[in-house]
Amino acid sequence: MNLLAVSSAQHAPTFPVLTALVVMPVLGALLIALLPSRRPEHFRQVALVVSATTMAMCGWAMVTFDPNSDEVFQFVDHVEWIERLGISWTLGLDGISLWLVVLTAVMFPIAIVAVDAEHSPKGYYSWLLVLQSGCMGVFLALDLFAFFVFFEIVLVPMYFLIGRWGHGDRAYAATKFFVFTMFGSAMMLVGVVATAFVTAAETGNAVTFDLVELAESQALDTTTARWIFMAFALAFAVKVPIVGFHTWLPDAHTNAPTAGSVILAAVMLKLGTYGFLRLGIYLFPEAAVHFAPLMIALATIGIGYGAVVATMQRDLKRLVAYSSVAHLGFVMIGLFALNTEGLEGGILQMVNHGVSTGALFLLVAMIQHRCNTRDINRLGGLQKPAPRLAAVFMVVMLSSIGLPGLNGFVGEFLTLLGAYAAQRWWAIAAAGGVIIAALYLLWAYQRVFHGPASGANATVKDLTLREGLTMAPLLVIIVFMGLYPKPFIQRMEPAVKALVEHIEVNVDDFAEPVAARTPDVELRDLNTPHAAHDAEND
Amino acid sequence: MLAETATQAVTPSVQWSGLFPLMILGGGALGIVMIRSVVRRLPTALESATVTAVGPITVLAMWFAAGAGGTGFPFSTLREDLGEVLFGVGFIAALILAAVAMRVMRIGLDAAVTVGIGLGALSATLALWHHRVGLDGGFDALGSQFSIDGFMLVCTGAIVVSVVLVSLLLDDYLRREGIDGPEMYVLMLISAAGGVVIAGAGDLIVLFLGLETLSIAVYVMAAMHVRRSESTEAGMKYFVLGAVSSAFLLYGIAMIYGATGSTSLVDIRIFLARTQLFDEGLLAAGFALTLVGLGFKVAAVPFHAWTPDVYEGSPTPVVAYMASAVKVAAIAAVVRVFVDTFADHADDWRPPLMVLTVATLLLGSVLAVVQGNVKRMLAYSSIAHTGFILVGVSVGSEGVAAVVFYLVTYSLVVIGSFGVLTVISGRGDRRTRLEDLDGLAERSPLIAAAFTVLLFAQAGVPLTTGFVAKFGVIAATVESSRYWFAALAMATAVVSAYPYLRVVLSMYLGRSADGAEAESVPPAAAFVIGVAVLLTIGFGVVPGPIDDLAQKALLWTSGA
Repeated sequence: MNLLAVSSAQHAPTFPVLTALVVMPVLGALLIALLPSRRPEHFRQVALVVSATTMAMCGWAMVTFDPNSDEVFQFVDHVEWIERLGISWTLGLDGISLWLVVLTAVMFPIAIVAVDAEHSPKGYYSWLLVLQSGCMGVFLALDLFAFFVFFEIVLVPMYFLIGRWGHGDRAYAATKFFVFTMFGSAMMLVGVVATAFVTAAETGNAVTFDLVELAESQALDTTTARWIFMAFALAFAVKVPIVGFHTWLPDAHTNAPTAGSVILAAVMLKLGTYGFLRLGIYLFPEAAVHFAPLMIALATIGIGYGAVVATMQRDLKRLVAYSSVAHLGFVMIGLFALNTEGLEGGILQMVNHGVSTGALFLLVAMIQHRCNTRDINRLGGLQKPAPRLAAVFMVVMLSSIGLPGLNGFVGEFLTLLGAYAAQRWWAIAAAGGVIIAALYLLWAYQRVFHGPASGANATVKDLTLREGLTMAPLLVIIVFMGLYPKPFIQRMEPAVKALVEHIEVNVDDFAEPVAARTPDVELRDLNTPHAAHDAEND
Repeated sequence: MLAETATQAVTPSVQWSGLFPLMILGGGALGIVMIRSVVRRLPTALESATVTAVGPITVLAMWFAAGAGGTGFPFSTLREDLGEVLFGVGFIAALILAAVAMRVMRIGLDAAVTVGIGLGALSATLALWHHRVGLDGGFDALGSQFSIDGFMLVCTGAIVVSVVLVSLLLDDYLRREGIDGPEMYVLMLISAAGGVVIAGAGDLIVLFLGLETLSIAVYVMAAMHVRRSESTEAGMKYFVLGAVSSAFLLYGIAMIYGATGSTSLVDIRIFLARTQLFDEGLLAAGFALTLVGLGFKVAAVPFHAWTPDVYEGSPTPVVAYMASAVKVAAIAAVVRVFVDTFADHADDWRPPLMVLTVATLLLGSVLAVVQGNVKRMLAYSSIAHTGFILVGVSVGSEGVAAVVFYLVTYSLVVIGSFGVLTVISGRGDRRTRLEDLDGLAERSPLIAAAFTVLLFAQAGVPLTTGFVAKFGVIAATVESSRYWFAALAMATAVVSAYPYLRVVLSMYLGRSADGAEAESVPPAAAFVIGVAVLLTIGFGVVPGPIDDLAQKALLWTSGA
């Protein structure tokens, strides 16, 4: 009795909320799998209840999350998994992962409400919930092994969602998605193992896969760290996708069922960028600094490429898919600007892209449902019969373009601000991408909604109540984040600052690239002979 | 002096307990042959009573083995913990449960007896593990000819578990194909005994004897489906190529004997450690020929050519046995000979082994992609898995634990996979083309789900044992600083994921042929598949127990 009291005092018995966030959906999936198939409508209800409960728990975590805490990671759950190799089930939440977890928790219920399973609802909702568990796990894992397990396990539900409930050439799309992503993560597995074992060999400590411990020890020599960074980068580059590794994306997006596209765009692409942030930059700051110009260059090329190819598309869904390539490019240049503005912008942009592109995919599905086509040339004039649909589409599209006052603007602005400080010319080139984005989206809008409505297009239904209700939370987020981004930035700022500091401490002669020149810097510049020489020439 | 050697030779010290697993398997085989050659048929009532009795008898045997296992045995304190009454009730419940299980599975007498023999051998193995090996690492059971150590016991355990599971698959299969009788079980027990001999061999000659015992029995098993010409062809091919490989192996053994003056693994090891050979040509030739001979047995490229034909033609449960027990024994031979005995000359055999490994990985995974027959595809995939195991072997003694983990878990997965194929293939054992699996998820959703789990495990998806096994091999390889090797192995793992995905897609997306009915799943086969799936996921999520086992599967060299 006495013993019990002591031990409970040492470990304050708190509810393991993060473990619950990961485990809850998968338990829901098991429940659905065990329910008898006689009443198929129950599956959707259970899925909705489970994902709503997860969202509520996530909301609780968001509210109780303390932005001013000394601990970077909060609500940490830690259980040994494979003790011999120092592998543990460690989950933690910081200002960076918080918003991605919230995004995951919000998007899944919306995806479940918005679209009914076309057939075999049992498998459909089970796989969706398994997918949610996997995504949650990736964002929360603080153990390399656990991260890898989650990163790879999400392939299975998505493979089934595309393969069984997709359209068109779904078998091809699903297999391509699986094999491409698996190839990336295969190299990452070697990297994960190498990180742990080489660090253990260098420090002389026992092998550990604990992310924080590995990042703090920084025991790898420069060359090794760069190689391992490349192995990780390959996995994340496929997932983001960075241009050149992106060919699976249009196929997967186009052929996936609507909920699949929404989740793929809103959550799963972030696994890549989050991986770059959490594993790439945090574990290998030197390599990140070294490869930052390359990454920013690739990202900028991606912005241009994605935008141009999107402009050419006739299929509305494919257009949105290619726009993702461009948008994720912005996230990447923000992250690899490696300064506070850029990182904050990048993280905000991840959330923004999730919300806007998720909403766009839902809207495309609504249009397809009404007109039985996604071919832009065969659509037109929908504004007349469906004004509310057009209005919602307009708002979402403008948010995606980055109109001031909507969420996209804040993220893009911070991103470009950060990138400008780090890589001026690439930032200027990337800003050009914003213009093309305006071009392809506005042009698409014009061709779909304006003009005379011909034939069946003239009589389409407007937004129904249920559709309106599913879009409403997304619109609220879009406007709220655009007008008042402070609570978001406030909560991520300590984590971002800590990360920047981590880079500065661990990389020799790296100073955070700052946009605005403080007088202090100017003075120092003037005092250096080189700067003085420049001044004379002027 | 001569007299002294002579006395040593004629009276090797025998530790009978170490021979128990072997004696149970071999004696069981002989027993079945003798009894069944006298009694062709038991009265039905007696037969079903005997079958039922096998369950409780096995439970009792395992309990006695546990008693012999001493305090280190799992659950050895169960009696004290639960109290006499509760323990007694529980024990009787276990006896009844075993009897009920045997009845529910409705298996024939031969299969039931084989299951009993297999579980008896397993009990003996467990007892040895906890009683002897756990305490002092290992011991010589028959002079230095046959030694018992952790590695031997884990391999033996994997082999006898395969025997038990495969005999459950065989039961219904043999009746379905109209070839039932005790012969298949007897052959399987004999070959398993051969496998156990290999696992514990302390001498190249003993190793060769074990390998021949194992192989010859399996040649016959492959050709057992007499009404299928493919089966006969498989047996013939396997026999001819296997015989050639035996010749290579024997020649290699002769060369090694010539170079070192001994066939005893310990003596060779000591000799090589102490002697700087003036000319290594003979030894190198011995390595090469031995590698070729064993390469045939493990199906390493370019000595793999028999595998696809033999796997495709042999009766499906026999393939399950080949891919599990036979593979375990063959890899055990490679580990015993190269990793353990020739450890000091690793620089001589590692480069050629690595070349074989790379070829095996590449060819196995690439050729699996283009197969239209699932059995043949799994044959190539088993070659790719062999490649992965060889990656662990070429690491050396640090990789043994990873190899053991891989072997144990892969055995379960592959028995489950071929168990599914046994069920699907239908009368005549022919329906194993990819088209035959079309729409399986509609016809038999549970079988399709089980097969999906097993295929994803083979692809190395996390939360299955397949992933942990690959992780272990990669970890051992990276730890020995062979990064490129690890990266290459992982790249081929991605390639070989493709054919599994294709099978899964055809199960879930394809349409059943007209008039296709749900597969009838015999309870024993369902049990095997269920066990395989549950353990694959269970140990995939919590790999601790098997990892622990693999870590203790150390090589104990007698006299060292």
